[in-house]
Amino acid sequence: MSELESGLRLVGITKQFGPFIANNSISLTVPTGCIHGLLGENGAGKSTLMNILSGLYQPDEGKIFLDKKPIDIKTPADAIKHGIGMIHQHFMLVPQLTVVENIVLGSADSLRLNIKAQAKEITQLGKDYGLEVPPLARVGDLPVGIQQRVEILKVLYRQARILILDEPTAVLTPAEITAFLQVLRRLAARACTIIFISHKLDEVMAVCDEVTVLRQGNVVATRAIAQTNRTELARLMVDRSVEINTRPIPQSAGKVILNLKNVWANAAAISAQSKTHAILALRGLSLQVRAGEIVGIAGVDGNGQRELADAIAGLIPIQKGTIEIGSEAAAQQPIAYIPEDRQQQGLILSFSIAHNLILKAFSKLPFCRRWILQRAEIAAHAKSAIQTFDIRAASAQLKAGQLSGGNQQKVILARELAGEPGVIIAMQPTRGLDIGAIAAVQQSLLAQRSRGAAILYISTELEDVMAMSDRLAVIYRGQLVDILEASSATLEQVGALMVGSTEIKESLATAEKLETGVSPEVKALETNSSATKGKGERL
Amino acid sequence: MSSIDFLTDFLSACLRLTVPLAFAAIGGLLSERSGVLNIGLEGLILTGAFASAAVAFSTQQVWLAIAIACCAGALMGWIHAYLCVSLNVNQLVSGLAINLTAAGLTTYGARLLFNTGTVALPPLSSLPIPVLQHLPILGVFFQQDLLFYLLLLLLPASTYGLFHTQWGLSLRAVGNAPKAADTAGVSVARIRYVSVILCGALCGLAGAYLALVHVQFFAENMSAGKGFIALAALIFGRWHPVTTTLACLLFGATEALQLRIQAFGLNIPYQLLAMLPYITALFALAGLAGKATPPAALGLPYAKEKR
Amino acid sequence: MTIAYRQAVLKSGLRAALSPLIAVAAALTVGALLMLLAGASPIAAYSALFRQALTTYFGFADTLTKTTPLLLASLGVLVALRAGQFNLGAEGQIYMGGLGSLLVGLAFSDLPMVIHLPLALLGGFAFGAAWGAIAGYLKVARGLNEVLTTLLLNYIAQYLISYLVNGPLKAANAPSPFSELVAPSAYLPTILGKTQAHAGIFLGIALSTLLTLAFAITAWGYRVDAVGQNPVAARYAGISVNRTILQVIALSGGLAGLAGSSEVLGLKRRLFENFSPGYGFDALAIALLSRGNPAVVILTSFFFGMLRSGANVMQRSASVPVSIIYAIQGLTVLFVAISLALEQQVQSPKPDS
Repeated sequence: MSELESGLRLVGITKQFGPFIANNSISLTVPTGCIHGLLGENGAGKSTLMNILSGLYQPDEGKIFLDKKPIDIKTPADAIKHGIGMIHQHFMLVPQLTVVENIVLGSADSLRLNIKAQAKEITQLGKDYGLEVPPLARVGDLPVGIQQRVEILKVLYRQARILILDEPTAVLTPAEITAFLQVLRRLAARACTIIFISHKLDEVMAVCDEVTVLRQGNVVATRAIAQTNRTELARLMVDRSVEINTRPIPQSAGKVILNLKNVWANAAAISAQSKTHAILALRGLSLQVRAGEIVGIAGVDGNGQRELADAIAGLIPIQKGTIEIGSEAAAQQPIAYIPEDRQQQGLILSFSIAHNLILKAFSKLPFCRRWILQRAEIAAHAKSAIQTFDIRAASAQLKAGQLSGGNQQKVILARELAGEPGVIIAMQPTRGLDIGAIAAVQQSLLAQRSRGAAILYISTELEDVMAMSDRLAVIYRGQLVDILEASSATLEQVGALMVGSTEIKESLATAEKLETGVSPEVKALETNSSATKGKGERL
Repeated sequence: MSSIDFLTDFLSACLRLTVPLAFAAIGGLLSERSGVLNIGLEGLILTGAFASAAVAFSTQQVWLAIAIACCAGALMGWIHAYLCVSLNVNQLVSGLAINLTAAGLTTYGARLLFNTGTVALPPLSSLPIPVLQHLPILGVFFQQDLLFYLLLLLLPASTYGLFHTQWGLSLRAVGNAPKAADTAGVSVARIRYVSVILCGALCGLAGAYLALVHVQFFAENMSAGKGFIALAALIFGRWHPVTTTLACLLFGATEALQLRIQAFGLNIPYQLLAMLPYITALFALAGLAGKATPPAALGLPYAKEKR
Repeated sequence: MTIAYRQAVLKSGLRAALSPLIAVAAALTVGALLMLLAGASPIAAYSALFRQALTTYFGFADTLTKTTPLLLASLGVLVALRAGQFNLGAEGQIYMGGLGSLLVGLAFSDLPMVIHLPLALLGGFAFGAAWGAIAGYLKVARGLNEVLTTLLLNYIAQYLISYLVNGPLKAANAPSPFSELVAPSAYLPTILGKTQAHAGIFLGIALSTLLTLAFAITAWGYRVDAVGQNPVAARYAGISVNRTILQVIALSGGLAGLAGSSEVLGLKRRLFENFSPGYGFDALAIALLSRGNPAVVILTSFFFGMLRSGANVMQRSASVPVSIIYAIQGLTVLFVAISLALEQQVQSPKPDS
């Protein structure tokens, strides 16, 4: 490894969680002013490594050098002291506080908060880097793209010289991504050192100087971007050359099974996350899904996907419109729902696999007879489900919380797909899974499609949803802006629709304006925030 | 009794009954704003009351008694913080344990110390403010004791502290999004410890006020649900010091009213009147339902290396 | 099922059984220190306490008498706990249950016992359940946390009973506030001659068995546990969480109400002011100590009953104030909380997220 004058060097970092090795002796060198990509599939160990750098986790072994000096990062405060700032995949912002409060949180040396002066300072800082934010708005009221600017400003405000960005583009629209990558280049030009974590090859190729590929906790290779290409990186990332081309074989769809007409609904109160999106809901949404068809719902997170799924499942009431579910086969279980959060919404982690498998049907025959649970039936059911869905578990009595993410998802699939459901709602079903588990989930859904189920496939991962769908609907602010044939739709086309067809021009303009001055979007927010300011501190 | 006299008397009773509630409620508010649920207010008040009574009884030093009550409350607060923050014990269970332990220990201690029955304690003398104390009706505000004036100071101080200082910002951040606060370099554990210990100290003061000003003796379980009323007050006051104190005033006034009505000898059974503060608290909460948003991380322990 | 897995289950089971015992031992030790502080001999005090509570005829009968309301009320708190609800209102529900039973007990004078007694018990259950359901309703319909509402309702119930026995329900010429005697046909029969021990204990044991079975093998128990362990997932699976919570809090109140019934129909045979010496709060401690297991509650209640029954003799013979047992009970909860937390920290972290 080359000796570097200034910059960051990691040597032999190892971190274990119980028997699971998240990082295995990882070494990495990033010179000052360089953008270094960290590439790897989900679970490759990227996030763990970065959490070690930012002081959230302690490494079991290994050393970190900054400008040749060894440093010890025990807490996030230490990391900040050394000028290391992290922008997390899930924003580390306090939604109830204002932009300024979030930025100065934990940073000031004086007891007194001087919000006015700090707001000024932050506005100036934002101008310097092309990251305008409305300083006095509540963060929870801001769109995700602006929230991310707050995150970056928070780090810059602490005079961080080393920025770690963990999957920063996951929540952004294509237009926002373009603007964001430009900001990164600008930061690097000002001698910031940037570690850019992603599993998106295009972005890494576009913005990085160097890239390190991780696989299952190990460094597989480090390459200069100029000397590598997409194909090589893809091969390095995935150990076997898997083609996850799951594009379904065309099949003619049958009757309309799920029919939504002009559905209006308020934000779901059932899941905790939706609280922050209280303004967004469903606003006159119409959609038909036929038997044997997968309709994909693409869109930026928080545009009503959650409410759509919950409304169809009957978990939240609708204000207006109708949802008709006509299933030809008189299925016992008309709707299968694979919720987005496996651990919170899908499973009872303290229950056994067998008991999780009957969560929906526990009070019905054959599992329950005269109020008494039928042990033998439940055990037999669990045994067959474990076999059919290839759930890797020593026993059906194992608690769901002891399973890996992929196996947890398989338990949910086994439960929801039992009894030949007519309608299946899959909400982010592959999120956070390894490649094998993703394939398993997709295969089972495709099998349901050939059986004749009507499937709604909701995902914020564009490639994922495009690969799985027959038709692709794009959701934006609670409405479907367009429904496309998935086979002929292009990434750019869908990406543009995701920000709202009528606002595409505006958002492109925003991206350009970022170069020069204040964007109209921010201006609008400023006025909004002064309106909400009147209400004072929300208690 | 003239109506002026009655009003003066009533107002003075209101204030006296509000002071312990307000101390405890502001303490509870700090604890809850930092994300630590505290149903142990009741036990903390009781601890303060006993400690102050014990010290006042054996030394006849009122101020020493108040200081020790403060410390004893803080110590119990520290136990709650240790259980909730360091050990991640269910915060309800911990608060309950604090209540039961405090009730048991103080009852036992009282039997040992004051076994002669109830003993009169040296009173906390009032500190009338010249001129102002002679104002009609409003004069009662200016003939109170030092603890009352301390409360008047505590109000702006806690409001300023919460909303205009780094510490307050950190506290609110920790109570809403501990992980975000942690990554911003705020020590979640330290903030929570400090808040809960402060809460204990303030409840200690509330207890001292009960024992030294209200009744001037110690009785078993003399807090009589004041901690729970304080909890209702801070929810009703939406976790803001000023509104919370106003809520305390409402509950204090209800209690004063029932005492006055009793004194008037109206033919209303005493028990029905004694229910009033609790019923008011219940209705206040029910009327408020859904409108008060507690700190988002209230009651949730924060563990660092959780994946 | 692998052998290692069986062993792991056995081990965690052992630990679950052991840590409450350690907590109790720790509380008794601190109690001993407190006795030393008072200048008494802990050995003399404890031996007086346990000898009285366990080995003498009248003492043992008294232990049973004290165990009965504790057992019934604890079962109530425990049922709520299984659904993730903290019923801190058992004390108030005991009072209301006592009232319900009294009213039914007074209302009829010529019914046969086989009808009157169950009816009177049912009255207590119904009043307790209704009192609990207030908190349940406020939680489900108005989103109010049950902890505070149940606590406030305690005071209201206690004052209400106090008002009633001082006023409308006061027995003619009674020297102190209490009601008339209930009809003998509503008495819970005495089970040990010349003592106060009554058949309420059998009711408690029967209900405890019933609940153990209900949680082990019925769909209802499964539903309650599902709601208690993860209400969000239960909701997503189509379980009506609100209905379950309301149902469970009402049942919880009803069981605690039965504790009041047993006091009125079995022990006092009439309604007194402040007749519960904090059984409702002990019940919480017992339910927590029993780890949500309705069978273990029998043992734990018996232990708490023993403390209460032996305390008076301990005070007389070892001159340790009775109130030491309240301190011991409080400390038990404190140590149980600590042991629970330590146990969780011992458990190995999850392999994967």
